[in-house]
Amino acid sequence: MTVLAASLRDLQKDYYLSSETVRALRGVSFDVPEGDYISIMGPSGSGKSTLLNLLGCLDRPTGGSFLLGDEDVAHMSDDKLAETRANRIGFIFQSYNLLQALTVVENIEVPLYYSGDLTPESRQRCIDLATKVGLEDRLDHRPAQLSGGQQQRVAIARSLVNDPRFILADEPTGNLDTATTQEILGILAELNAQGRTIVMVTHEPEVAEQTGRTILMRDGRIQSDERNMAFSGVSS
Amino acid sequence: MRRWWRTMRLSIKSLLLHPLRSGLTILGIFIGIAGVIWLLAIGDGIGRKAEEQIAELGARNIIVSTVKPSSDEVQDSGYGLTRADFERVRDTISTLKRALPIRILSKEFRYLTRKFEGRLVGCTPDYAEVSRLEVDQGRFLTDSDGRSERNYCVLAEASAKKLFPFGDPLGKRIMADDEFYIVVGTMKKRHSSSAVGGSTAVEDFSSDVYIPIESLWRRLGDMIIVTKPGQFQSDLVEVSRFNLEVHHRDQVLNTAEVVKNTIEADHTLPDYSVTVPLELLQQAETTRLMFVIFLGMIAAVSLVVGGIGIMNIMLATVTERTREIGIRRALGAKRRDITRQFLAESVVLSVVGGLLGIGGGLLCTLMTVEFRTLLEYKFPEQMLALPEIIREVEPTVVPWSIPVAFSISVIVGVVFGVYPAIRAAKLDPIEALRHE
Repeated sequence: MTVLAASLRDLQKDYYLSSETVRALRGVSFDVPEGDYISIMGPSGSGKSTLLNLLGCLDRPTGGSFLLGDEDVAHMSDDKLAETRANRIGFIFQSYNLLQALTVVENIEVPLYYSGDLTPESRQRCIDLATKVGLEDRLDHRPAQLSGGQQQRVAIARSLVNDPRFILADEPTGNLDTATTQEILGILAELNAQGRTIVMVTHEPEVAEQTGRTILMRDGRIQSDERNMAFSGVSS
Repeated sequence: MRRWWRTMRLSIKSLLLHPLRSGLTILGIFIGIAGVIWLLAIGDGIGRKAEEQIAELGARNIIVSTVKPSSDEVQDSGYGLTRADFERVRDTISTLKRALPIRILSKEFRYLTRKFEGRLVGCTPDYAEVSRLEVDQGRFLTDSDGRSERNYCVLAEASAKKLFPFGDPLGKRIMADDEFYIVVGTMKKRHSSSAVGGSTAVEDFSSDVYIPIESLWRRLGDMIIVTKPGQFQSDLVEVSRFNLEVHHRDQVLNTAEVVKNTIEADHTLPDYSVTVPLELLQQAETTRLMFVIFLGMIAAVSLVVGGIGIMNIMLATVTERTREIGIRRALGAKRRDITRQFLAESVVLSVVGGLLGIGGGLLCTLMTVEFRTLLEYKFPEQMLALPEIIREVEPTVVPWSIPVAFSISVIVGVVFGVYPAIRAAKLDPIEALRHE
């Protein structure tokens, strides 16, 4: 039996604007088995970003359930949501979102600061992670001194530091040139090969092709959910 | 605890990203806190000075003085305190430790060809002690001088200098009107006592000539005749002043009442006044307190202004760092983590300002003295025109003002930091992440 990293059932999200209700998600169901590499695609307005926010525990669904392990995110308090983000989810953003005042190692440390796992030994783990993404000689650099690709590597190392259930990547290559895109996708594929679960939102088909499974969204619903036969990586 | 320490380090780091902005904000608090310490120090210095001046008059003393009534009320029989008043006060009031009668006249003194205008002070041997005069050469008056048929006198410092600029005055005879007085001693210089609360005039002790009051009554009598061109004036006064001293401080006020009642019985004219230095001391204390409160309010206003500065800069920081807040929230920061972070920054700002302010406050005494010396050198006339208390005040930093100032700086940081911090924590993480 496959272990599920997350499980979504009939997930709904409504936004209440002054005069009307916007139904951003109208019942989305799928499972994220551990070790899977999923890409989510869809035109703007399809509910892609809303789904991402829900998966990232940045927001609560209006209906349905979102199980992370055996806990339902739909009923979590604000603090509990923060705790979940700190312990279970690794974020990678399109614009890297590093803290400009901190060095590479310090940026990687930030999630530990909030999960309460910051110990004298954890510093070495952050250095190891930085080494893993090829930044061992830039540990004391600030984000402004790094290229886009290097910044995204820092973000990847940061997303790994709390050993999350899955990594949530929001257009991680959107700001990068083709060569760097391949570099980053290479790292992600390697992480997936090592057993990491990754969920990535993208609007580039050629990026989606390099994942194990693509979910296509349209009008708040899943239009298609297909495995990529070409994908060579490990998947369940 | 460690979490707070880490938050502190983090906030110092973010504040150092904008050194000028942080510095200016700190400056506001610095001024406020240094102000608190300075103003309390100056207030205390002024109070101390006033207390010193009053203590010079003696906290256990009661001074009864003759006051000249307006001219149409003066009767031929004279006015003012009498020997009978004195004896009654001395003999009937049991709380008195000492009672001194004093008679003061203006006279011209001569020795050979030298002469000067001074005060002829008729007094008793206790007078030197009560007025804090110290013997320079020879001795002060004794009881036997008073009983003696011969006239003895003691010269104050300036009187001795004027009459005997070169020689030794002891044993010489000086002349006042038609009487000779043998000099038996001279006194050391004493600073003139200061005016207190306007009720006692500045008293200059330097040009006095002291003689036993008995000699004065015997030789000169009570009538003073002043002849000026076109004017003839005579005053009949027996005693100019009583200096009374009680055993204990707490007897002073009651005794003063009794003295007033005792004298009042025999006087129809308002020709005397009772001065109680202790009363002035209490008044001075109240004045000082009011002064401290008033200055404290000014300091408080400047602290509020400094606090608003902090709030202002923190609100700007929150807007500017919305993105950072979003990132931190996404990476697992709870609302209270954000509140703590921003609160820590405002407290760091205010505490650094506070510590610098305390440092600045400690320099108060030194700087006031230096600054005044400079002013006295540059603008001597203007400085002389200032009230004595301002020219001579020595501010002393009040020890308790330091912990108080420090606590105030912490409180200012918290009070003015809470609102921006809460605003930061209330931001929606999704909106904040999207913020450019």
